[in-house]
Amino acid sequence: MEKKITVTIDGQEVPATPGQTILECAGAIGIFIPTLCHYQNTTHVGACRVCVVEVENARSLVASCCMPVTPGMVVRTNTPAVRAAQKMIVELLWSAGDHNCLTCEQNGQCELQNLVYWLQIDKPRFNIEPPGFAPDNSNTMIHRDLNKCILCGRCIRACNEIQVNEVLDFAMRSSQAKVGPAFDADYIDSSCVFCGECLQACPTGAITFKQAKFAGRPWELSKVRTTCAYCGVGCQMDLYTKDNKIVKVMGNREYGQPNGGSLCVKGRFGMDFVSHPDRLKKPLIRYKKSEDLKEATWDEAYAFIADKLKAVKKTNGPDSIAGLSSARVTNEENYLFQKFMRAAIGTNNVDHCARL
Amino acid sequence: MAGLAATFGSGAMTNSIDELEYTDLILATGTNTTENHPVIGMKVKRAVKQHGAKLIVIDPREIDLVKYADIWLRQKPGTDVAVFNGLIHVIIAENLYAKEYVAERTEGFDALKAVVARYTPEYVEKISGVPSEDLKKAARMYAQAKRASIIYAMGITQHISGTDNVKSTANLSMLCGNVGIEGGGVNPLRGQNNVQGACDMGALPNVFPAYQQVANEDARKRFEAAWGANLSPKPGLTLMEIMAAAGKGTIKALYIMGENPLLSDPDLHHVKKELQKLDLMIVQDIFMTETAQIADVVLPVTSFAEKDGTFTNTERRVQRVRKAIEAPGEAKTDWEVICGIANKMGYPMHYASAREIFNEITTVTPSYAGISYERLEKEGIQWPCPTSEHQGTKFLHKDKFSRGLGLFTAIEFIPPDELPDKEYPFLLTTGRVLYHYHTGTMTKRAQGLSERCPESLVEINPIDADKLGIAEGQTVKVASRRGKVEAKACVTQKSAPGTIFMNFHFTDTPVNLLTNPALDPTGKIPEYKVCAVKLEAA
Repeated sequence: MEKKITVTIDGQEVPATPGQTILECAGAIGIFIPTLCHYQNTTHVGACRVCVVEVENARSLVASCCMPVTPGMVVRTNTPAVRAAQKMIVELLWSAGDHNCLTCEQNGQCELQNLVYWLQIDKPRFNIEPPGFAPDNSNTMIHRDLNKCILCGRCIRACNEIQVNEVLDFAMRSSQAKVGPAFDADYIDSSCVFCGECLQACPTGAITFKQAKFAGRPWELSKVRTTCAYCGVGCQMDLYTKDNKIVKVMGNREYGQPNGGSLCVKGRFGMDFVSHPDRLKKPLIRYKKSEDLKEATWDEAYAFIADKLKAVKKTNGPDSIAGLSSARVTNEENYLFQKFMRAAIGTNNVDHCARL
Repeated sequence: MAGLAATFGSGAMTNSIDELEYTDLILATGTNTTENHPVIGMKVKRAVKQHGAKLIVIDPREIDLVKYADIWLRQKPGTDVAVFNGLIHVIIAENLYAKEYVAERTEGFDALKAVVARYTPEYVEKISGVPSEDLKKAARMYAQAKRASIIYAMGITQHISGTDNVKSTANLSMLCGNVGIEGGGVNPLRGQNNVQGACDMGALPNVFPAYQQVANEDARKRFEAAWGANLSPKPGLTLMEIMAAAGKGTIKALYIMGENPLLSDPDLHHVKKELQKLDLMIVQDIFMTETAQIADVVLPVTSFAEKDGTFTNTERRVQRVRKAIEAPGEAKTDWEVICGIANKMGYPMHYASAREIFNEITTVTPSYAGISYERLEKEGIQWPCPTSEHQGTKFLHKDKFSRGLGLFTAIEFIPPDELPDKEYPFLLTTGRVLYHYHTGTMTKRAQGLSERCPESLVEINPIDADKLGIAEGQTVKVASRRGKVEAKACVTQKSAPGTIFMNFHFTDTPVNLLTNPALDPTGKIPEYKVCAVKLEAA
């Protein structure tokens, strides 16, 4: 057992383990400290400073996301000095970008917007001077508008530390500082593999799900957790839907194994097929080999199949019938399929394409 | 997965995906992990970059993982058994193997030792092209790691020696005491979302759910009682045998649920002819696939987003699938359709929901017995999970193999069925790319994915391209003894000289017109990874 220490946060004594940050200890007893650049399972960078707190005997305010607790530490999270610093930081971020919520896809789930509201800021005391970057419209999956970027670096850490794709980094300086692939390329011309981890990590509307643009406001979408239908990893994902269509797909870090909230390009951006016009909608029967397939009712299809199967079974025996089940459908369906072949038809001629 | 079943007693990934990130060494062979299992690829990269794991890649292609590897062994396609025998040879010769583990938990070591004796690094170099010094380094690195995990995929199994290849990986892993420990094991990465589940559920010709043999009388009696029917004791035909039997006329009717053999099977010309001989072909799918087009009945079904159920992932984790939207038109779930046909045939199947079917599964599938939809609500559970109190199983074969002792198999190298010659001087190997999936029916309909990868490409080494006067992006004709296709050239170091790579996603470039249907005698897997072709600028 690691030895426990005690710290005091806003007058409450909190048991802690050495190495824990102030932010983690405060979170454990339900004290809210705002954050922007902090992103779980990546390096603590302390870049944005909105998580500052007062620590007794410290020289200045400290970034709670980086500062490890020490025995007997006394922390205050809600003093006038803390709030003044937080307001200053948020107003600076606001004024340095084009944060126009009227046209922003993140409206309603933007962490900067939430913070402005929480700190009760009417408007920034500085002139709003966005950098004027051209948006990255280079592809149909990820939209980037760096005028909404607050340079928190979460996308960079998501790209390098979580996915280890090593595409994104900071470039340029001062008011022209930006995040992006090497040589200031658009995503489509870079080594990006479109996993979308960056858009999931982005706290504002700087990096967004392109196909979800104008497809539904956050509060209009329903969310259903499911398992991805592509490879064998079985990533847990949230399907966001509206009007019986999938609007976007996001990972969710609360779901744990096997993917811890990460997805790949197929899972995140490969769901167009679900509502594709080519989907089959009615049963089709070819009554004679020389004819085309014709639309039919389910009852007609069942009757046609049952008659034919019964006839083949009677004339040639059950082993003249075979079934191919599928590695794409559910366990329940695979179970029923083999049960059908074995119990209803009477053959073990059942396989699937595991080998291909 | 016959290889692992024979050696360990169970044919599934021995360990869990998450363990890869925290192990000491990963040996990746026949898996282009970052493209085909990107989220596992991510964990492998994190293991190397953030947790100090060593990485050995054994692969003929210069895949992305090579960048992160400590050692890369580039063997000639189809020479895997020789390479693994060579690694084992070095480890035994240098006395680096886990003697206690081998003595207590395995059998067949002496036979293995006798066979690998002649696979000296020099001999292996002659067969595989892997430099003997690199082979020795890799052997030492693997043997000296405290915990080492082997991951593999279709690059190992899609050979006539596929089962042998798998057994070779098992030999190496057991030799160093890596099976039955956290962070170790032999881990097949399943390519499709529910291959594991389809196998677990008995969608195989020789077994009922949970791998209970149809030929075993006790098992059969249990299922006869559960299903109220007489069951056949005779193992059925495998997919490739079914196709052949259709051609011969002994199979008259074929019921296909969610498969597209007309793009995924080898030697496609032949497959189409065989299927057209059927009296009745029923296809149940979400799209009018190549296969559905020649069917007698086509039944519209729901996609994964329109139904409830479970998938079992590559690490044996049973996870929920949940309905998010309504199905288009009159499409029904696959299970409703099966019930509809069964009822019409006079075998009653009545279920109100997927959950009801799952409950029946747990009564006949011991490894799933303790799982329920309620328990799956928060997180998936890894089988075996025999009781409702059991937490599931993170890694298999702890303290004891499913079959008792782990079985070493002495294996001799056999060359691929068809190798390049004067007329067909290039070796073709096939696989997938990041942006597409299997026969492409889903991914080709995604705007973003098609934008990144709109067409099939032939990956060819610059030396060969130069020789043949083929430029980047130029159309190339590729022909084998069985057929020919055209695609654009992608000139890249990824392919070794003399070898080309193509993917099989595209209908207009059906690479499986070229591939060799020669089968692994045990696994019945076709040799997709090696065939001889010729190519020329079109």
